[in-house]
Amino acid sequence: MTTVLRLNAVSRRFGDRQVLDDVSFDVTAGRMTGFVGANGAGKTTSMRIIMGVLAPDAGEVTWAGARMTREVRRKIGYMPEERGLYPKMSVRDQLIYLGRLHGLGHDAVRRNAEELIEWLSLGERAGDPLEKLSLGNQQRAQIAAALIHEPDILVLDEPFSGLDPIAVDTVVEVLRDRTKRGVPVLFSSHQLDVVERLCDDLVIIAAGRIRAAGARGQLRAEHTLPRYTLTVDGDAGWLRDHPGVRLLDLDGAHAVFELTPSADEQQVLQAALSRGPVRAFGPVTPSLAEIFREVSQ
Amino acid sequence: MNTFEAVRVVAAREIRVKLRDKTFLFSTVFFLLFSVGATLLPVLLGGGPPSVAVVGTAPAALGAAELDVRTVADEATARAQVRDGDVDAALLGDGTVVALTDAPSDLVNALSTRPTVELLDPSALDDTLMVLVPMFFALIFFFVSLMFGLQIAQSVTEEKQTRVVEILAAAVPVRVLLAGKVLAGAVLAMGQIALIAVVALAGMRVAGPADGGLLTLLGPAIGWFLPFFLVGFVMLAALWAAVGALVDRQEDLSGASMPVQMIVLLPFFGVAMFSGDPAVMKVLSYIPFTAPTAMPVRLFQGDAAGWEPVVSLVLLAVTALGVLLVGARLYEGSLLRSNGRISMASAWRDREARRLADLDAESA
Repeated sequence: MTTVLRLNAVSRRFGDRQVLDDVSFDVTAGRMTGFVGANGAGKTTSMRIIMGVLAPDAGEVTWAGARMTREVRRKIGYMPEERGLYPKMSVRDQLIYLGRLHGLGHDAVRRNAEELIEWLSLGERAGDPLEKLSLGNQQRAQIAAALIHEPDILVLDEPFSGLDPIAVDTVVEVLRDRTKRGVPVLFSSHQLDVVERLCDDLVIIAAGRIRAAGARGQLRAEHTLPRYTLTVDGDAGWLRDHPGVRLLDLDGAHAVFELTPSADEQQVLQAALSRGPVRAFGPVTPSLAEIFREVSQ
Repeated sequence: MNTFEAVRVVAAREIRVKLRDKTFLFSTVFFLLFSVGATLLPVLLGGGPPSVAVVGTAPAALGAAELDVRTVADEATARAQVRDGDVDAALLGDGTVVALTDAPSDLVNALSTRPTVELLDPSALDDTLMVLVPMFFALIFFFVSLMFGLQIAQSVTEEKQTRVVEILAAAVPVRVLLAGKVLAGAVLAMGQIALIAVVALAGMRVAGPADGGLLTLLGPAIGWFLPFFLVGFVMLAALWAAVGALVDRQEDLSGASMPVQMIVLLPFFGVAMFSGDPAVMKVLSYIPFTAPTAMPVRLFQGDAAGWEPVVSLVLLAVTALGVLLVGARLYEGSLLRSNGRISMASAWRDREARRLADLDAESA
């Protein structure tokens, strides 16, 4: 059985506000799970409940089938939404401190710290107070802080927000590398293009409720209709009256349309050919943003 | 890693950071100099030739012995000057030496025959010391506990302000963070107090046998001051951490910490003002917040029976436990909330930490 981090019917309210309502989803080992939703939809609250800094009103978080314990939680690499480390402590010292707090032995923590420092090219500045480092290097230090204890699970809240492009690449590299090693990775983002590029699985949350969760391709199939683009010589406006076609975009000779499941795209092509030459015809993959818009409504 | 180790890791960081902090090092040096000065200065200032009031003609030997000789009209004037401290001793017409607590050896040696010595008040301690020593205790307790208390609060606020607390709280229970900070603060504050005590005692020894009486009185007082200080400091340490957790900006800390500052400041004024009033001091020496200063002062003044500090210390320890629990609850109720300044009442009502602990207990 693959190791799964699971939220099981988790609810939470703050005062009168229901922030999470019966939230359930899985984060599977070796897969990258993108967690998307508008601001205030409940992403951070979900992650804080996973991390045990917030208690659920109902429901539970499980790891490999058993209720999450503090011991397991200590093996999670966590990047909170609002980030920060000790400004006056050196990068090396804080990595060692955080590693020790996560239960790592003295030698192991030093070894990991040096490895991370080298890998993130922080070598020359590792002894300087964090506040003296450039913003980019501070971001790297933050990444190192989430990885210092060789986490078994990664929970990253908006790991790309505010990162410079080089740091984004570093984080992407980290996520890919850990996923390859069989680590389940959950990351939230409002940058849908990044999520689209990276994630295997997708969890979409809106107003505290899960609107969709599953493999990206499957969600796409479930939540959007097959979509095609057609370019002809004349005007493509006749498509509007073709049975089973829903026009999404029409620009003279160029059209983008969806087909209801009962309709056949070959019939549309033949209809087009019967009217004149067809310059282009093919399927279009809807973007994540469109899926998001679709399920969030 | 067990809880104790985690507490130690947290405390070790706090101590390491402090030992590199210039403000801390500077204040330590300042207090040491202050202690050295306070013990040695009276001796140095009191130095110079002893002054003698002489009735009638002064024997030539006194001038030769480099004594400060002042001729007075009659015996009554001479005695009055001794009593007021204007002179160290008086030589009466019949050769009797009059002094307050002990006769200056320079004077006794200068006389050809051994004089009769009349001591006006052999048991009395120097009046100045009776005021200065209580002030010294009160000041040390006030400054050291304020300084290290504020540092606990600042370190909590720093973790909240920089948000690193979220990572810390995900790794260890917040109670571990609190315990580590209290432990580190207590170790550092006690270290400083012990250093001051050692320097003060050594200073008095150097100051010479003339102050031997002072040492026998002050020794036990300082000895008791150490455990009283430790328990008194730990009592407030969690409250300091709690006020640090109420705010998420250093700028707001002075306002939020005002109640705890008052708990430290009022006893200081109390003891400083009433150190001369045995009845009030007796009461103060049993109130847990003033006891750490008032009880050692009473011991110094010779007003307290042997069992009294024991009872007062037990009372203090029991109160400390209660205050610690209150502080811990406020700390836990505010540390992970980040919506600006949190009121004590709402921190007290917050049950998040309790629920998380219950969850942990269930799943363990």
